[in-house]
Amino acid sequence: MPQNVKRRRGRGRDSAAASHSSRSKVHLRLRVNGEEQEVACAPHSTLLEVLREDLRLTGTKHGCELGECGTCTVLLDGRPQLSCLLLTLECEGRPIVTVEGLAEGPRPHPLQIAFAELGAAQCGYCTPGILCAARSLLDARPSPTRQEIREALSGNLCRCTGYLKIFEAVELAARRMKDPAAQPSEETLHGRRL
Amino acid sequence: MAVGSDGRGLRVVGKPVRKVDGLSKCAGVTLFADDIVLPRMLFCKLHRAPVPHARIVRVDISKAARMPGVMAVLTGKDLPIPFGILPVSQDEHALCLDKVRFVGDPVAAVAAVDEDTAFDAMNAIEVEYEPLDAMMSIEEAIRKPSPRIHEYGDEGNIHKKIALEFGDVERGFHDADQVFEDTFYYEGSTHLPMEQHAAVAAVDPDGKLTVWSSTQTPHYVHRALAKVLNMPPARIRVIACPNGGGFGGKSDPFNHEIVVAKLSLLIGRPVKVTLTREEVFYCHRGRHPVLMQIKTGVTRDGAIKAMHFKSYLDGGGYGSYGVASTYYTGALQTVTYPVENYKFDGLRCFTNKPPCGPKRGHGTPQPRFALEVHLDKIAERLGIDPAALRLGHLVPPQSLTANYLRVGSMGLAKCIDAVVEGSGWKQKFRHLPSGKGIGLACSSYICGAGLPIYWNNMPHTGVQLKLDRGGGVAVFCGEIDIGQGSDTVLAQVVAEVLGIDPYDIRIVFGDTDLTPVDLGSYSSRVTLMMGNAAIQAAERARELLATAVSEKLGIPAERVGFGGGQVFDVEGPERALSFADAVVAAEARFGTIGTVGSYTPPPSAARYKGSGVGPSPAYSYSAAVVELDVDPRTGWVRVDRVHLAHDVGRCINPVLVVGQVEGSVYMGLGEALMEEQVFRANRGGVHRQPSLLEYKSPTTMEMPDVVTYIIEDPDPNGPFGAKEVGQGPLLPIAPAVVNAVYDAVGVRIDEVPVTPEKILKALDSPAKRFGPKGVPEVRWPDPIRVPTPWEGGTGRAAADRRPAEARR
Ligand code: FES
Ligand code: FES
Repeated sequence: MPQNVKRRRGRGRDSAAASHSSRSKVHLRLRVNGEEQEVACAPHSTLLEVLREDLRLTGTKHGCELGECGTCTVLLDGRPQLSCLLLTLECEGRPIVTVEGLAEGPRPHPLQIAFAELGAAQCGYCTPGILCAARSLLDARPSPTRQEIREALSGNLCRCTGYLKIFEAVELAARRMKDPAAQPSEETLHGRRL
Repeated sequence: MAVGSDGRGLRVVGKPVRKVDGLSKCAGVTLFADDIVLPRMLFCKLHRAPVPHARIVRVDISKAARMPGVMAVLTGKDLPIPFGILPVSQDEHALCLDKVRFVGDPVAAVAAVDEDTAFDAMNAIEVEYEPLDAMMSIEEAIRKPSPRIHEYGDEGNIHKKIALEFGDVERGFHDADQVFEDTFYYEGSTHLPMEQHAAVAAVDPDGKLTVWSSTQTPHYVHRALAKVLNMPPARIRVIACPNGGGFGGKSDPFNHEIVVAKLSLLIGRPVKVTLTREEVFYCHRGRHPVLMQIKTGVTRDGAIKAMHFKSYLDGGGYGSYGVASTYYTGALQTVTYPVENYKFDGLRCFTNKPPCGPKRGHGTPQPRFALEVHLDKIAERLGIDPAALRLGHLVPPQSLTANYLRVGSMGLAKCIDAVVEGSGWKQKFRHLPSGKGIGLACSSYICGAGLPIYWNNMPHTGVQLKLDRGGGVAVFCGEIDIGQGSDTVLAQVVAEVLGIDPYDIRIVFGDTDLTPVDLGSYSSRVTLMMGNAAIQAAERARELLATAVSEKLGIPAERVGFGGGQVFDVEGPERALSFADAVVAAEARFGTIGTVGSYTPPPSAARYKGSGVGPSPAYSYSAAVVELDVDPRTGWVRVDRVHLAHDVGRCINPVLVVGQVEGSVYMGLGEALMEEQVFRANRGGVHRQPSLLEYKSPTTMEMPDVVTYIIEDPDPNGPFGAKEVGQGPLLPIAPAVVNAVYDAVGVRIDEVPVTPEKILKALDSPAKRFGPKGVPEVRWPDPIRVPTPWEGGTGRAAADRRPAEARR
């Protein structure tokens, strides 16, 4: 038997212990997208599971639950983290931001607008994680170079876009955060004309 | 509508409209299948075979069934009716009945109150196997006819054998100035969508079953459920959720979809299944590994007098789309450069690996790779520039090929010109310093298949419109957006015809209860077919509105124009009604306003057996130039830039088109340089690297710049002239990479992926080549002989199947 086929979702786990402990839950206070949330979850629950299953914040996605794809990226203490590898226990009291928390009220974050506008989200499945990673980059580096963007997103796989529109959307959002009138280039929207 | 061939007069089509679901996706609001949570929902896990080929002696579910929290356990005998995507390959069971055919084949299933319990119960199931000899390669499957993996198929472990001849290749080789022969191998690869497959089934107390699934083909899932569950289709509703990437990997009806439906019916509660990433690697249906031999006779200036193409496909454990895939490896060789006489021999083996099926380009990237590298070698031997060789011999527009494919618009010359000029090809080719290389390749792809998967004479797609008094338009279509942007294409097309804002349109998609059938998001069919149906539905609505408005304004109906949210007199646009008022006028005049449109491809010119694969309403064309660096000490390849020109007929949305080109180039580079879906024959047939970390795919660090040139050569069969772009641009990438590697370091890598190891081996070899040595001996059947159009053929096979010499 290939080992992983047997595993629950991605991670290996002592199943007897898992079943037992899922019956004795821990109570935690979480700070998610600026709101205090109280959850009762199994001590081995990952942050990904608690976000999606207990808090119904299904905007955060998963591609492996093994720390390999970056799809589940959220911000913890303002830094991108793989929520599938974090025990929720470790996150108590620390600020957590998910894709649902990027917008300001009804106003999407400039990254969200630029991603939608340039087709940086095709299927949109990798998008929440990439937006979180990009948001953290822009917080630290308001005018990142292409190389810095590549590096900041190197842990996030996207199977649809070939990444180029994602780079351009991050660059456009960065420009717009300084100059709201910034526009994408002709070539970004139409390809190169001869 | 009056639209110039340059697209002037279009208001919405051709514009970089933001995807209609773009902001929802960026807000994390779009609901994918695993995001669905229903009250009292149970979780399902599948118990899968740990051995590649074995008879099932005993399945003991007693321990699992007794576990607290387990609601039901299923085995094969609970779902005995077979299914499969093709009518000729109904060879799958939702849970294996008497034998397993690959590691990962599901044997039993459990439903339990939570995932942990389901997981424990899955592991408590005991299965006893009697191992059988496993076939792990093409050669092995041909050499060992027994034990048979399936009881059906052409012979032994050969699932399908095909032999077709158009014209007389022997005569063509005889007439040629030179004959060249090469052998190639294209490794298998997998789709790797970021979203793992998931499905939720729920049954309501009145007896209706609903299944939500991450599927590209809700209609086929609907049919498979009705068949296997033995239930009237009218009681089953399939809802396709937006796919988190598909690439062909979610086009088969799957065992897990049927299993959750059955569990839900048995228990009366909703049941969900979400595959692990490892299970996704094992359910596969991806790129077939293909061994190929190509022999071509050419004149001194490069005209192809004859071509004989042989392909050997490694099909894995089930049929899937495999028969179609096999035909596809021989179908599209003829639509780029004229082939005067053409012969195709193809076979597909069953092996004890996950089944192969359609992945982006379905069956055509492999032969295209072979053909384009082969042509590069021929160009060199003839002393002709590879771009000039191709430009000198292009299939003319509006023509029939040797195998009776009807080419419509054909913009390949413009594509080649664009990448040649854009890349500075003429200054660079064979002039770059050692280690730097440039390579060129071209390709073509279908815009939907001319025939449906199961025989019927109904439309391939339908679109329904409901116009609201407030001016909103709801558009219903069974299509499903897998990321390619089909919802947006649909909204743009309807908005164009009705002269309204695409954001005033609501798209209702992929729901077998609510939407007319669309066959699914595969074979690059959606834009062309759905687009045409949408135009028809919208024009019918337009007619009703035009009549009502003409009466109101007292002008003839022909003078009524639509645009900018207004319905107006074209001879005095100030005389106008808002679109909403026009709907009100029409509803007052005719009653509730709803219209339908549908699309059926034109009849094919090909009438021979096997001609179901290849014909299409239109063909897209692409040309690529790849610039790269090869380090001769390490064999490491770094791609610097890709130039890709694609003839999309008419660009409906440039942002979507560029996005499909870049995504295709990315996926093509993955296949060209690193991706391998391979198995360990000496370790019980397990996948070598079933994880996202070890299955190498390009990351942000490897992705080169892509320069995209959109070429528009409108096709009379396309909506506004549009052709496909989702798959075609992948095809020229692998051969262009291989041709560039040769330009850089002078070695021929006749096998993808082009790994550093292969380059080093080729550099060390006397032949300066890495690739397969030959093809297995196979007795091919007498071919079906079809006289070519230029021999006066009618598209039908000749009655006499004896070899040409014997007939002469
Ligand atoms: S889900 Fe893949 S890294 Fe967390
Ligand atoms: S947009 Fe589909 S995986 Fe990134």
